[in-house]
Amino acid sequence: MTNSSVLPPQPDFAAGGGLLSRRMLLRGAAAGSAAGFANLAMPERARAEAEIPEWVRVAGARARGYGMPAEQEADVQRAIIEPFGELAQAFSFSGTPHHRLRGTITPSGLHFEVHHGGRPDLDPARHRLMIHGMVDRPIRLDLDALERYPMVSAVHFLECSGNSFFNAVMPEPMQAGCDMLHGLLSNSEWTGVPVRILLEEAGIRPEGRWVLAVGNDAPSLARSIPVEKLMDDAFIALYQNGERIRPEQGYPMRLLLPGFEGNMNVKWITSLWVTDAPAHTKDESGEYTEILADGSSVKFTFAMGVKSLVTHPSATMTMSGPGFYEISGIAWSGAGPIRKVEISADGGASWAEAELSGPVHPRALTRFRLPWQWEGAPALLMSRAEDATGAVQPTRSTWKAKYDPSNFLHYNAIQPWQVTPEGMVQNVYA
Amino acid sequence: MSMRSLIATALVVSLADLAAAEGPGLGAPLAADEIPFYATYVMPDGRGLPAGSGTAAEGAGIYAAKCALCHGATGVEGPVMPPVGPNDVWAKPAGRYWPYATTIFDYVRRAMPLDEPKSLSDAEAYALTAFILSRNGVIGEGDAMSAQTLPDVVMPNRENFVDVWATQGVTPW
Ligand code: HEC
Repeated sequence: MTNSSVLPPQPDFAAGGGLLSRRMLLRGAAAGSAAGFANLAMPERARAEAEIPEWVRVAGARARGYGMPAEQEADVQRAIIEPFGELAQAFSFSGTPHHRLRGTITPSGLHFEVHHGGRPDLDPARHRLMIHGMVDRPIRLDLDALERYPMVSAVHFLECSGNSFFNAVMPEPMQAGCDMLHGLLSNSEWTGVPVRILLEEAGIRPEGRWVLAVGNDAPSLARSIPVEKLMDDAFIALYQNGERIRPEQGYPMRLLLPGFEGNMNVKWITSLWVTDAPAHTKDESGEYTEILADGSSVKFTFAMGVKSLVTHPSATMTMSGPGFYEISGIAWSGAGPIRKVEISADGGASWAEAELSGPVHPRALTRFRLPWQWEGAPALLMSRAEDATGAVQPTRSTWKAKYDPSNFLHYNAIQPWQVTPEGMVQNVYA
Repeated sequence: MSMRSLIATALVVSLADLAAAEGPGLGAPLAADEIPFYATYVMPDGRGLPAGSGTAAEGAGIYAAKCALCHGATGVEGPVMPPVGPNDVWAKPAGRYWPYATTIFDYVRRAMPLDEPKSLSDAEAYALTAFILSRNGVIGEGDAMSAQTLPDVVMPNRENFVDVWATQGVTPW
């Protein structure tokens, strides 16, 4: 959060609770630069009084082969969640600390993990991508071969369909940061080979309607993917944020299905088996199906719904006194680009439209911002996103009403943060 | 046909040829014996099931030795996703919630036990499948599971699913 005691003149309120007009952002910036100019006059006795730190008195460190975050940032880590602890260590997750990040791209080392059987110790030289089943020419490709194919680059989010599960099922809101509450979501620039090119090379037959994607990991994680999606925008990603995919994300190759639930974006992908019907693998039979309020279930719920989250401020943070802040957060949808994000500071009584920080990519995180004058009164902050299809985030009670109480998948409800007069920011269901 | 539309047609045709071979075509021929079993999946109609068979009685001993630690002594305790239901831990117990019994066989054979996947023989996987189904009351205690019998098992929750992809495609539910 940025807190400044110097307020632009005549606040231009956009909604209740101190939400300011988006124009204030620009005006503030202009005022700042003008002030910078005026201050250019040289202070006369600066040398005598100002501190000269030791690092400007010695030569700095030499170049290094691979840069790391500043030592002082070492506590910016993924939050590790191990549902069964030591008993089943290979079943472990880690969540992206969104409350410590301020852009849209997730640093590769902070990309979330959901491992169903751990991260394999895989030898890339012996890794193969096989394409077989209902094809005229079964083929295999190694990494060197795939390197020579035409590639695409695109920014896309990945979200575990179980993201935000604590909020979905806990009777009382858990007090934790965005890493625990919403961390099974990340956003990267991915580069790789369109699956369509590979399926066409293998000669996919008309009766091939589904493709089983299998990972080269301990559980050989498998998902059935409709051919339509694979022929549309799916690709075999080899690069993540410009460098080879991290081991946690599927090194040396993973399936990327823009907008579809994380589990289907099979990591360490080794096989595309073309079939005439879905195999009903374990994940599409139980774990990634949803039980509805009436006891029936939905299966093959692939695309992730529209969702957003205020990251600054957010739970576990403390406000540093009344004054000016910039509210900032992320919005995304599996159905297309984000069209609009609205923010409320009074629990939904009034809303103001936030500034979207472009370019707004489809099926990618979009950063939104809005200036805020917090007077030190209790506030209830919310963000509500709408995507290009017109879909809008539900409230938690609307979402809960659709499902069986046990369901924790595809939770995309509005997240309210309570700001207390003392400046504590808390998770509430409101 | 005018010259211009002739050229246009020719262009479309050659572009189509190009599209058919968009990549460099570097895929090496894949022989059937290079494909491990887990690169495919046993289908609900039984395609892909191997020879062999197993009963719940045979499965009980294997379960106690290799599965009970995580999934519970009788399959309902957990702590990890108990496969027998109803239970107080997991609303989707594999042996009664999953729509097809073939999935139990395939999943157990490829992925379980967690720390030693692919260590079970086909007969052991059949026996464990029979054990889980029998504990759920889906098959009789003495019923042997095999390539012949497993596809015929009617799972009680099968007709209780709506296929969202079939009904609304990519639109989020
Ligand atoms: C060390 C702990 C452990 C042991 C031992 C173990 N499992 Fe599992 N099992 C797991 C975990 C963890 C999962 C969840 C994996 C996932 O979500 O992908 C699981 C999932 C399952 C499931 C699917 C549950 C569901 O509802 O989705 C079945 C069925 C299963 N195991 C059967 C077995 C059998 C049979 C054995 C013995 C051969 C066994 N397991 C041994 C930990 C274990």
